[in-house]
Amino acid sequence: MVEVRGVHKSFGPLHVLRGVDLRVDPGEVTVIIGPSGSGKSTLLRCINHLEKIDRGHVTIDGEYIGYRRSGNRLYELRERDILRQRTHIGFVFQHFNLFPHLTVLENVIEAPLSAQRRPRDEVERLAVELLAQVGLADKAHAYPRQLSGGQQQRVAIARALALRPKVVLFDEPTSALDPELVGEVLEVMKALARSGTTMIVVTHEIGFAREVADTVVFLDEGRVVEQGPPAQVLDAPRHERTRAFLGRVR
Amino acid sequence: MSLTAVTTTTGAAEEPRVVKARHPWRWIATGVVLVLLAMAVNALITNPAWDWPVVREYLFHPSVVSAVLFTVELTVLGIVLGFLLGTVLALMRLSRVPLLTAVAWGYVWLFRSVPLILQLLFWYNLGALYRQISFGIPFGPAFYSVDSMDLIGPVTAAVLGLSLHQAAYAAEIVRGGLLSVDPGQLEAAAALGIPRRRQIFRIQLPQAMRSIVPAAGNEIIGLVKGTSVVYIMALPELFYQVQVIYNRNGRVIAMLLVAAIWYLVLTTVLSVAQYYVERRFGRGMARELPPTPLWRARRLVAARLAARRAGRAVPFGGTVGGAR
Repeated sequence: MVEVRGVHKSFGPLHVLRGVDLRVDPGEVTVIIGPSGSGKSTLLRCINHLEKIDRGHVTIDGEYIGYRRSGNRLYELRERDILRQRTHIGFVFQHFNLFPHLTVLENVIEAPLSAQRRPRDEVERLAVELLAQVGLADKAHAYPRQLSGGQQQRVAIARALALRPKVVLFDEPTSALDPELVGEVLEVMKALARSGTTMIVVTHEIGFAREVADTVVFLDEGRVVEQGPPAQVLDAPRHERTRAFLGRVR
Repeated sequence: MSLTAVTTTTGAAEEPRVVKARHPWRWIATGVVLVLLAMAVNALITNPAWDWPVVREYLFHPSVVSAVLFTVELTVLGIVLGFLLGTVLALMRLSRVPLLTAVAWGYVWLFRSVPLILQLLFWYNLGALYRQISFGIPFGPAFYSVDSMDLIGPVTAAVLGLSLHQAAYAAEIVRGGLLSVDPGQLEAAAALGIPRRRQIFRIQLPQAMRSIVPAAGNEIIGLVKGTSVVYIMALPELFYQVQVIYNRNGRVIAMLLVAAIWYLVLTTVLSVAQYYVERRFGRGMARELPPTPLWRARRLVAARLAARRAGRAVPFGGTVGGAR
């Protein structure tokens, strides 16, 4: 279970997150929508501690991310321990960020080998399996630049899954793709959702949210304006701002 | 007569024929340059003052060859030690520890500011400055001390000077390379929980190598020739050795030519090596690696043989199998 409590984050004078609460149960898919600049990406990056939060806390299965709790104190963790925590959190970037000098297979097995120190044959077997799952079994020995954007993003998803994470975060996974490539990535994500993967997805794909999400969260100006099942938030929004936003993206 | 030929001569809608563009100026420029080249070759061969027989005599003279080997040794030590220290300095400079950053900056500032020749003389004369070099607690007791004359002979001074000088430049080259890597790469590595050292050596440095290698190639080739400054310490590297010889036999031009030929050979080997190293680190960067010259030549020959067997000629300069 992922729990976000009263999270604040500023970049200099810019107060991006102003007290965000969020709860994602295991196997649930949460889709975060909202206008650009509302803090969606920042929230995701705070969950895996790519950004350090100013106030509040994030826990995953009760473990504080970036801190160790002892009594009523939070001790800041050293980088090594934060890196270890991140292996429980998959992250899929908008621009894929695959390692261009490594083959697809090497991209997928890198973190399980070096961060989790799992045996190579087990990890390679899993990688082949995952690549088949995202429809790229034949591309294991290609380099990322030889793939289309949609294929690269599917490799990135396989790479995140190879860590066997408790939750996978998606940061606008289809925003950098040509329109005709969006579908293949969304299909992979839908299959993942059906298989019971815990997911937090920042996206502008309202159709995806309606079909897959258990909870839709509407974020605006660093606050959660409303959240609930898609039928409620997307089709019968209670807040004027949600209505205005949905009117614009449709 | 083939069927197509019939249609082109008799067809009403005749397919237009392509007439190749003419480039008279290219032919004229080629002719002029050929004449100039011939003049240069003529001037090199026919003028007896070049003393080619003497060049031939001394090119593989044992004292020259051992001087070449010493030059190579100085270059290798200077580059290897220089880039090792340079990489450490670059990582210090990019670290999050203010003192390390400042020290790395100060090092580069100091060693780029002092001329190499001055620095070499300084190391050479270290004995006059510090008679004893000791290792221990600063301002406290020394555990081990050694006479600086014993520790730093002329060879050590030369290697020390060259590599410390080289490290300052190498540090900037490596730092530039590390900065050229997309920050998203380190972010992805951090998000995957890859350990910090592995992030640097597996993700960041290999990608940085693409911009480090050409600049490092410059530095290495520069150092091959730069080693000639250690002649001031009377070390038997190539340049000093030919000077010794022409002071004895008076054949100045011929001996300088011997040195020039060896420097040419060394830089040629390095340039070829650089090409292949760049290819190695270019993996995954282009959709397909460009063919090596050797491979291209082999393909061209194969295509010509195949054409001859098929009984037709391939025009020179024509594209064969996409090899360009």
